Amino acid sequence: MADALLQVQGLSKRFGGILATDNLSLAIAQGELHAIIGPNGAGKTTLIAQLAGQLAHDAGRIEFNGDDIGVLPMYRRNQLGLARSFQITSLFLDLSVFDNVLLAVQAHAGHSFRFWRPARHEPELRDPALAALDRAGLSARAALPASALSHGEHRLLELAMALAGKPRMLLLDEPMAGLGPEESARMVTMLRALKSEQTILLVEHDMEAVFALADRITVLVYGRVIATGSPQEIRANAQVRDAYLGEADVAGAGRG
Amino acid sequence: MKKGFDARTIFVVALLATLALLPIYSALSGDRFIVTLFTRILILGLAATSLNLILGYGGMMSFGHAAYLGIGGYAVGMLAHEGIYSGFVQWPVALGASALFALVIGALSLRTRGVYFIMITLAFAQMAYYVIAGLARYGGDDGLTIYRRSQFGLLNLSNKIAFYYVCLALLLACIYLVWRIVNSRFGMVIQGARSNDLRMRAIGFPTYRYKLVCFVIAGTMGGLAGALLGNHTDFVSPAMMYWTRSGDLIVMVVLGGMGSTFGPLIGAVALLVLEEALSGITEYWQIILGPLLLLVVLFARGGIDGLLARVRHG
Repeated sequence: MADALLQVQGLSKRFGGILATDNLSLAIAQGELHAIIGPNGAGKTTLIAQLAGQLAHDAGRIEFNGDDIGVLPMYRRNQLGLARSFQITSLFLDLSVFDNVLLAVQAHAGHSFRFWRPARHEPELRDPALAALDRAGLSARAALPASALSHGEHRLLELAMALAGKPRMLLLDEPMAGLGPEESARMVTMLRALKSEQTILLVEHDMEAVFALADRITVLVYGRVIATGSPQEIRANAQVRDAYLGEADVAGAGRG
Repeated sequence: MKKGFDARTIFVVALLATLALLPIYSALSGDRFIVTLFTRILILGLAATSLNLILGYGGMMSFGHAAYLGIGGYAVGMLAHEGIYSGFVQWPVALGASALFALVIGALSLRTRGVYFIMITLAFAQMAYYVIAGLARYGGDDGLTIYRRSQFGLLNLSNKIAFYYVCLALLLACIYLVWRIVNSRFGMVIQGARSNDLRMRAIGFPTYRYKLVCFVIAGTMGGLAGALLGNHTDFVSPAMMYWTRSGDLIVMVVLGGMGSTFGPLIGAVALLVLEEALSGITEYWQIILGPLLLLVVLFARGGIDGLLARVRHG
């Protein structure tokens, strides 16, 4: 794909005798919401970790925006615009919700050896932080300590922090995991609003959400891509049906 | 209670007013000792304020902060012993030596975490203690008398009232400085590193160098307190940097309120006034003070300042 923002070629990762990622190739176009699905142990989280730079891959090539980023450490990839939200939330629990997002903005605003001006009042930091909180629907909770939020709100805060750095691409690792139906619906609404302006790679178990949101879907089984296509194509794919989706899921009920 | 004035604000304003007017009370009542006591409280309050920057805001549990008191004090004492009395020489040397010491032990100890960090800062401070105690030329274990206080032109530090106000002004300046620092971008990084260091590094902050700079700032401020303490007592000895003194400073910070602007000053006043009052009642005053501190730690998280902040909410 010529205009791919993220291009992965021949990616492999081995843990002892297990090939967690098996000669995997993937291309994600600018502006696309690309979902990755697959049964447990298919290597979805391992893939995200390699893309984000948390895990080193054994072979293959990762190109982001035309640059080979395969050897860069996590924070450098982050600075280039590849933002990851964590499956297990890792927030600044004793700081306020606003401070959490402010730090995420500040991480992309040059060095922080500035000792005098109150950071919370700098428009350069404050405005993007408030905007990200607004998009995540957390404006009303900004002054609370992050520890006071619910599980679902923590996920939204994670998302707000990922957005705060104005990333070129978001890597979302199971944003719906552990959320109640109401919170899930809130997350889906937010992702739908985001996808018009943001390239997103989404790993998710919630099939209903995936088929509702994704432009394209890649199906992983044992670290290999068995199919890539539009939601309709994936639904119709016999191989996918055999390997992964139950008949009920394909019919659109979504068992998760 | 009027709206807009919570218990904490009222308390801090009252405390500052009391400190500002204390010499007048002393002159009227003829109680000379109280100025001496409170000069000491202000100086140790300054040291506690500097410790609060790394301990309260940065989460760096340094158990060697008294080392800076000793280094600052001995910089003044040694130079005076060699005939150099100018404060314009003594004090920069005191601050510079403290900064250098903080840079070296910070660079090594900040690579460790948790209990190791506590032990390594303690070990370095004790090392400094034994080095100073071994300097025979400067009195060794017995300490060193300072015959002339630091000379600052027209400002006469030998005048008790003038010296008291110098200490008060420097304390307030340092409290203001720490307040500016912790609310700046730098301070946000320091607090983020306390809260979740791993996440800070994941989003692109090289936290080690920020913490090291913070450690050096706190050490330098501690050296200033040391220079003041040497002038206050006209005497320096290794005892002023013994590890129990580091413990006293931690108690002040915890008692007053970690990570609070005026907490360390409140803690210094509370601890030293209590110590003074209790030691007037019984020789075994520590038996009373100990359980009292335990109660604060167990039931008043956030220290006295934390209690005051909660008064409003009932």
